[in-house]
Amino acid sequence: MARRTLPILKRVLSKPPSLIGLLSRLDPKRSVTYMPRPGDGAPRPVTLIPGDGIGPLVTGAVEQVMEAMHAPVYFERYEIHGDMKKVPQEVLDSIRKNKVCLKGGLATPVGGGVSSLNVQLRKELDLYASLVHCFNLPGLPTRHQNVDIVVIRENTEGEYSGLEHEVVPGVVESLKVITKFCSERVAQYAFEYAYLNNRKKVTAVHKANIMKLADGLFLESCREVATKYPGIKYNEIIVDNCCMQLVSKPEQFDVMVTPNLYGNLVANTAAGIAGGTGVMPGGNVGADHAVFEQGASAGNVGNEKVLEQKKANPVALLLSSAMMLRHLQFPSFADRLETAVKRVISEGKYRTKDLGGGSSTQEVVDAVMAALD
Amino acid sequence: MARRTLPILNRVLSKPPSPIGLLSRLDTKRSVTYMPRPGDGAPRPVTLIPGDGIGPLVTGAVEQVMEAMHAPVYFERYEIHGDMKKVPQEVLDSIRKNKVCLKGGLATPVGGGVSSLNVQLRKELDLYASLVHCFNLPGLPTRHQNVDIVVIRENTEGEYSGLEHEVVPGVVESLKVITKFCSERVAQYAFEYAYLNNRKKVTAVHKANIMKLADGLFLESCREVATKYPGIKYNEIIVDNCCMQLVSKPEQFDVMVTPNLYGNLVANTAAGIAGGTGVMPGGNVGADHAVFEQGASAGNVGNEKVLEQKKANPVALLLSSAMMLRHLQFPSFADRLETAVKRVISEGKYRTKDLGGGSSTQEVVDAVMAALD
Repeated sequence: MARRTLPILKRVLSKPPSLIGLLSRLDPKRSVTYMPRPGDGAPRPVTLIPGDGIGPLVTGAVEQVMEAMHAPVYFERYEIHGDMKKVPQEVLDSIRKNKVCLKGGLATPVGGGVSSLNVQLRKELDLYASLVHCFNLPGLPTRHQNVDIVVIRENTEGEYSGLEHEVVPGVVESLKVITKFCSERVAQYAFEYAYLNNRKKVTAVHKANIMKLADGLFLESCREVATKYPGIKYNEIIVDNCCMQLVSKPEQFDVMVTPNLYGNLVANTAAGIAGGTGVMPGGNVGADHAVFEQGASAGNVGNEKVLEQKKANPVALLLSSAMMLRHLQFPSFADRLETAVKRVISEGKYRTKDLGGGSSTQEVVDAVMAALD
Repeated sequence: MARRTLPILNRVLSKPPSPIGLLSRLDTKRSVTYMPRPGDGAPRPVTLIPGDGIGPLVTGAVEQVMEAMHAPVYFERYEIHGDMKKVPQEVLDSIRKNKVCLKGGLATPVGGGVSSLNVQLRKELDLYASLVHCFNLPGLPTRHQNVDIVVIRENTEGEYSGLEHEVVPGVVESLKVITKFCSERVAQYAFEYAYLNNRKKVTAVHKANIMKLADGLFLESCREVATKYPGIKYNEIIVDNCCMQLVSKPEQFDVMVTPNLYGNLVANTAAGIAGGTGVMPGGNVGADHAVFEQGASAGNVGNEKVLEQKKANPVALLLSSAMMLRHLQFPSFADRLETAVKRVISEGKYRTKDLGGGSSTQEVVDAVMAALD
């Protein structure tokens, strides 16, 4: 356990690399200082997986913007497609070397024998937490205001174990596996995230009134971790009530920690109320690696029409790449990128179809590059 | 199978009790005629279970309104509470005799050893389909317009099988069981509902890209049934995309058929976008019995404050009792009740707190009784 927490501890202690930073760790309110160490500007390699569907389009957008900013990252491209049987070994080696990856979506065929490559990648690299940040972008009208929700979802077990069998023809059993180990580490990540980002409340989403042992174990783990963070409020909500509260009063939620399936649904619902899956950033993180991608993709990689007309929304992946820049310790580049993207959205002249405009991907990218200062 | 379909067939053929009705069955547009048979006005017994929390308050409201309308129903009350170990035999016998039941919610303790009495009741009586009708009430402002969704949810298996065990301490397996038999009959019910109520589209909600065998079996059953109803459009949607579409473009959904867990979440989300769980009617139906209750209760039976001040919203149960009156072949009473309730809501003077007003339950009930003609 110590081996896993060491890199995280390192990252926490190195973020404000000054004594003031260390002292302020005792304070509940932290401020990040932008004082780099010599050599921090050396270019960092990042694995890039364009993916399927709109993937190549939006990852191309990120590459252009990174060039325009002269950000100290360079990409190592690897082509994977959703119909491959498994993730190629060279890609996994590259991610293990670089520790950071940016990817577009990989299409998952419905039914059939091929398992999802997205899920494979997460299990191979043990990316145990998936994070989606759903928030109202200023200037983008939505039905719900004051939305600022971070959904942290357990990524490796639960209903996605892939353990199914047909008992007799016409009767199928599907196993949902919940372990204390996985529940504990995702709860630990959620509370740590809340602590590091000055969040006030963590909500655990469950259905333990029906699945008493499975979700009960998840809840137990969350409660244990909650006792270690007395400064952060903790509450629990049953998933059906949660869905209803999300669409009626989303402002009550702050950080949400959930098992695998509920997290998928809650993240997509939250993304939908806050502006759509085209603008929400997110990523998958493990103890050693991080893969950044569009936050909530609603399980598809864009439809044919959007692809032909090249009108996919690059905002989600641009904001995710800003998260990636912060992860790589380049906060000022991240701030510049986010400011530029938010300015383009709030001005409203260049918006893709899912936000109500008619621009193409390239037009939005050009606008972002022009807005960089 | 014929034994189960016979009562349904009887009901279908007896609804328009004239030769015109039989001919119009070949037509895709049916019209219900109000020509009763002699003896249809005899009072019918209905089992009434007040339940926990706000249950007694809202079922009391229904009793008052039924009296005021002089509806030919009389209630046989049975007290059950959520902390009982199982549903008492006398209640089950009563429902088996009467075939129709109206109930308030039963509280389900989180964790612990007591299983949900709501789920027990549904399994004992084999109420295999749960129906929630979510629609915008005229005059009630919501963030989403043009919502008219019926969620039909498989009620007996899936994730609610209650089969969990702890493999070793800290590792729990929970079984999700999907059978062809149950999937087929709920799909059959959904298409039949669409056919009988002049609905154009049935959407199957699933996650078969991940749970290929389990949800794959569910989808197969739906597709088979769809071929028997060529006049009704059929499509499929993955549940995470579905949640997002519900909050962005709910007007695209008509009838939705889902396995157990997804149905719970989708029904609560749809209820939330269309006005809240306080106004959506619904019920559980099996081949032989029907139990009507508040459509989507978000897993709770109201909070303490609402209970003390007696400000629970009776609209959902009133509309469900209108559905019950239709089930008992009293369409004109059902129409009168629905019209009165909708008039009270649209006038806006008497609304409970969840709809933005400040009235108590009794005030709303009095207004409904005054609006009856």
